[in-house]
Amino acid sequence: MKSQTELRLSGSGGQGLILAGIILAEAAILDGKNSIQTQSYGPEARGGASKAEVIISDSEINYPKVKDCDVLLCLTQKSCDEYLDSLKKDGILIIDKNINKPNRDDINIYHVPIVERAKNDIGISMVANIVALGAISKITKIVSEDMLKEAILKRVPPGTEEINEKAYNYGLNIL
Amino acid sequence: MNNKAKLMQGNEACVEGALAAGMQFYAGYPITPSTEIAEISALKLPKIGGKFIQMEDEISSMAAIIGASLAGKKSMTATSGPGFSLKQENIGYAAITEVPCVIVNVQRGGPSTGLPTSPSQGDVMQARWGTHGDHPVIALTPASVKETFDLTVKAFNYAEKYRTPVMLILDEVIGHLREKVETPNKDEAEIIDRVKPTCDPKDYNPYEVEDGDIVPRMASFGDGYRYHVTGLVHDKTGFPSNDSTIAENLVNRLMNKIGDNIDDISNFEEYVLDDADIAIIAYGSTARSAKSAIQSAREQGIKVGLFRPVTIWPFLDKQIRHLTNKIKKVIVVEMNLGQYVLEVERVANKDCEVFRYGRVNGRLITPDEILEKIKGDVLCLANC
Repeated sequence: MKSQTELRLSGSGGQGLILAGIILAEAAILDGKNSIQTQSYGPEARGGASKAEVIISDSEINYPKVKDCDVLLCLTQKSCDEYLDSLKKDGILIIDKNINKPNRDDINIYHVPIVERAKNDIGISMVANIVALGAISKITKIVSEDMLKEAILKRVPPGTEEINEKAYNYGLNIL
Repeated sequence: MNNKAKLMQGNEACVEGALAAGMQFYAGYPITPSTEIAEISALKLPKIGGKFIQMEDEISSMAAIIGASLAGKKSMTATSGPGFSLKQENIGYAAITEVPCVIVNVQRGGPSTGLPTSPSQGDVMQARWGTHGDHPVIALTPASVKETFDLTVKAFNYAEKYRTPVMLILDEVIGHLREKVETPNKDEAEIIDRVKPTCDPKDYNPYEVEDGDIVPRMASFGDGYRYHVTGLVHDKTGFPSNDSTIAENLVNRLMNKIGDNIDDISNFEEYVLDDADIAIIAYGSTARSAKSAIQSAREQGIKVGLFRPVTIWPFLDKQIRHLTNKIKKVIVVEMNLGQYVLEVERVANKDCEVFRYGRVNGRLITPDEILEKIKGDVLCLANC
């Protein structure tokens, strides 16, 4: 009955999750779908809890927040602890390697080195959000790889296209 | 290229709408969750020969847009609850001097600095009665990004047509929401401009309404029409007066220019009300939760519909009376502890039961919460 996918990207402020949410929503539009993006964050510029929510649908989206989470990305332990319960049965959990693998056998867990790839292989932890987008694309197939790449290159600051494309490719090959 | 779909934020759509309506001046003091409106205005206004100025505070921002409007430029400011409080004195000044301007308030949790990054609908009554004295108010509340664009255009049009400050009341969810919109074609929007005097400057009475006009004709400073602007009660020449008849006529005229044209200003949406046993009344982002709740309710055989006020002020007396004549149970859902509901209770048919559901937890009310309230209190399906 439900033709929509609800994603929540969570972590700490400054990790670029809101930007990642925007890019994902834009990629869905490039794919010809309907999408909506909301966010919640604390008053701090960095640190504090941050999450972006994206709903991708074939039809009109009324309630704009995530209700039944299909895909959950967590980059910090704290965000995983907080949102794990919101992930529905058979949902997809993508968590960073630095997070303890949670005890739930009714979901599909992908325990992947997002932050490590950004920090060590690319050399700049700031691009963890783009690595995460690559991982989400590969694992969920919710948006097409090409459109997501196009959306990324459109949104990242000029001059950083190359490093972000590299980050995206690392994400696509993270499994 | 004009109608290409793109992801746009509510605050961004507000600026795009303002530019489409002809905004040429923005003054403000940035505040979450309205800051993007200032940022984007700062970026875009200079490119079209307009002016952006970041003022030292909120009341001076309000003063600046009044001044710019008197000089003939369509003007806007944006803020959130704390700043809205600080602007109130000059909002009254704009009302009595009949200076067109648009004030955007992206509501966040209050009182005081409250919850900076969280949504609320706690400023409904402040929009109506925040400034002192009897005065007219037009306040519009969008529920989507596209509607934010459309209503910003409308806000400017009403301001120009009725020579009054117009408030665009968003909430954090709508201000920060990004959704798919067909990029609006700026040339498609209907634009209304203030009517200027054509008489000889020495015959100009700045506060006299000519036959067939709704409001006095407004000369721009610099056009050669010299006149006096004051927050004091004034006669048709613009100079202060203590005359009781002049005072009463002025305040009545201010009220009547809105009251006599209420049909032009009344905007609302009705959603599956035809066969409804229960009507939800909700506005802004809360109306989106209500629509989702209604879809779930109907899947369970409960016939619920939605009445969504788009114009929250002036109050939609006629429409709410009509609604409550027909439907015997209504529930007002809002992110405050009971503001709009007070007006609904005032005009509702006495045979109609009016329920309320309000939250102030800084979160958008969910469809499940609304459904639960309907099944519980309204329908008494559970213990009650």
